[in-house]
Amino acid sequence: MTYYIRHILARITTHVILLAFSALALFPVIIVAMNSLKPRREIFRSPYSLPNPIDWSGYDTVFQESNFVRYFGNSIFVTGTTIVLVLLISVMAAYALAEYRFKFSSVIALYFLAGIMIPLRLGTISLLDTIKAMGLYDNLWALILIYTAMGLPVAIFILTDFIKLLPHELIDAARVDGASELRILFQIIAPLLRPALGSVAVFNILVWNDLWFPLIFIQTDKLQTVTLGVSKFVGQYKINYSAMLAALTMAIVPMLVMYIIFSRQLIRGLTAGVSK
Amino acid sequence: MASVTYNHVTKRWGDFTAVNDLTIEIPDGEFLVFVGPSGCGKSTSLRMLAGLEEITEGEILIDDRVVNNVPPKDRDIAMVFQSYALYPHMTVYENMAFGLRLRRTPKQVIDERVRSVAASLGIEELLDRRPRQLSGGQRQRVAVGRAIVREPAVFLLDEPLSNLDAKLRVEARTFISKLHQRLGTTFIYVTHDQVEAMTMGQRIAVLNAGKLMQIDTPTHLYDHPNNVFVAGFIGSPAMNFFDNCDLVMDGETMYVDTGAFRVHVPDERIELYRPYLGKKVIFGMRPENIAHVDFPPPGVETVAPVEANIDVVEEMGHEKILYLEEGGKTFLARVDPRADVHVGQRVQVVFNMDVMHLFDAETEQALQ
Repeated sequence: MTYYIRHILARITTHVILLAFSALALFPVIIVAMNSLKPRREIFRSPYSLPNPIDWSGYDTVFQESNFVRYFGNSIFVTGTTIVLVLLISVMAAYALAEYRFKFSSVIALYFLAGIMIPLRLGTISLLDTIKAMGLYDNLWALILIYTAMGLPVAIFILTDFIKLLPHELIDAARVDGASELRILFQIIAPLLRPALGSVAVFNILVWNDLWFPLIFIQTDKLQTVTLGVSKFVGQYKINYSAMLAALTMAIVPMLVMYIIFSRQLIRGLTAGVSK
Repeated sequence: MASVTYNHVTKRWGDFTAVNDLTIEIPDGEFLVFVGPSGCGKSTSLRMLAGLEEITEGEILIDDRVVNNVPPKDRDIAMVFQSYALYPHMTVYENMAFGLRLRRTPKQVIDERVRSVAASLGIEELLDRRPRQLSGGQRQRVAVGRAIVREPAVFLLDEPLSNLDAKLRVEARTFISKLHQRLGTTFIYVTHDQVEAMTMGQRIAVLNAGKLMQIDTPTHLYDHPNNVFVAGFIGSPAMNFFDNCDLVMDGETMYVDTGAFRVHVPDERIELYRPYLGKKVIFGMRPENIAHVDFPPPGVETVAPVEANIDVVEEMGHEKILYLEEGGKTFLARVDPRADVHVGQRVQVVFNMDVMHLFDAETEQALQ
């Protein structure tokens, strides 16, 4: 009986803590969404009240005064391409690092590790020079290349470890069966890496939120991303809060969708190896 | 169908020599077993043949073709792995069809072959399942199925039974032996278990520390081991060794003097052993050739039995295994179950000296 009570108490405690944490994490999101539906006066008078009546003027402004759909499309293009490139390149690099012993393999592994430790933003000035020299200034591919470079070190680090955990006899079996190295990687290894690939994808969705690089590399209005576009509503003397919050609310949606799709994989990825 | 030749094959990793100057000829259709303790180089030898390890020196031939630089897929081999290595995200059918698909076999042929192999192995009902839904024995059959469906010229098996429980292992042994009889293909089988080696192999290659100790038929290995290692490795319980023995002549008869007791060398062997008079030898006698004095095997003289203390008695039902001690020498005897023996007693046993073994104490090679 006492065991049963303790068991219940433990479960209640766990859930209280988890609920508190969820509330903490969701609070800003809900406040943003709620206030995006209020006029400016309302936002400051009672920021925590439910919108009454619902006021869509913020959303109207966003669609009328900015190229929001275009920004949104740009962000999806940049984020999506980055994730695809990071996954593709990192899985190939990780397979090589995990599977082959070649002359500088450990040096290359360390080189990638160094990439985790050095913040890329420190090199913004020289990046600007490089990008200009490549003729990619004011081009979305500049962002994609930078984000891909930013995402690769962690991705390679995670995937190399995962590949090393896979039973090596699978690779041997595929070789005897007659599979080429590329086929082994994409038909045998990659499907087994799904949890790890999910984690890597989720980590890289975060480039959606970046303001720094678009601010520096993108000038043309039609090429701006959501975060950069939203900053338009922050003027020097006047901030259009309704419009900004409306744009941010819409910007959260794809993140949520992606997270819901990948979260199962993410959890599996983070806890892999904990138990058999 | 193909023969396999190892021609002075050596494998090194840095300073470590895994396989040392291995030379073996395996005729077409033979069932050869590599056996030895872990780390003896048996798996490495097999993996070099499969093309999964590079060969440091020497050459491996399949039929008359040197395959040192031929990738695994072009060697016409198939392999069963210890962990079975079934692709976890594919069904049994896809696992078996994978190799054939890569060889661009027509779909219809693949389907026919997979189904007929599955039928012959009794795994037709499992074709749509995934490996994780199978039991150990079923996985093992699927792994074998995946290998034979390709109809390879040489069939490699790397400890395929070591993940099975004892009962399944005995069943799988006969299953693989029958498979070899049916296919008639060259089988090369790696195991650390001498019982598997003895029961399945037509010839057995015993390896130790990267070196080939002896290669022979199971009976010949058992009856005429070349050295102390093979003598001790083949047979269970292992052969008794009496170190530091002397050969002595007493008139016209020769004795082995173990220090604790003396046993009589058969007269027909005197000439063979005469050069070793005065030298140190190791005397070997299998437990099954030491009998209780009341139940001697036919033809064994009981005139000069050896007396010893009984330390332990293991009742096996069909026999009793005695752990004996005499003058600091310990040895085992497998005696008739009717023998009335108890721990702590003194017992009289007789040695069947017709099947005695003597080894040079320095080289550990058999005197033969």
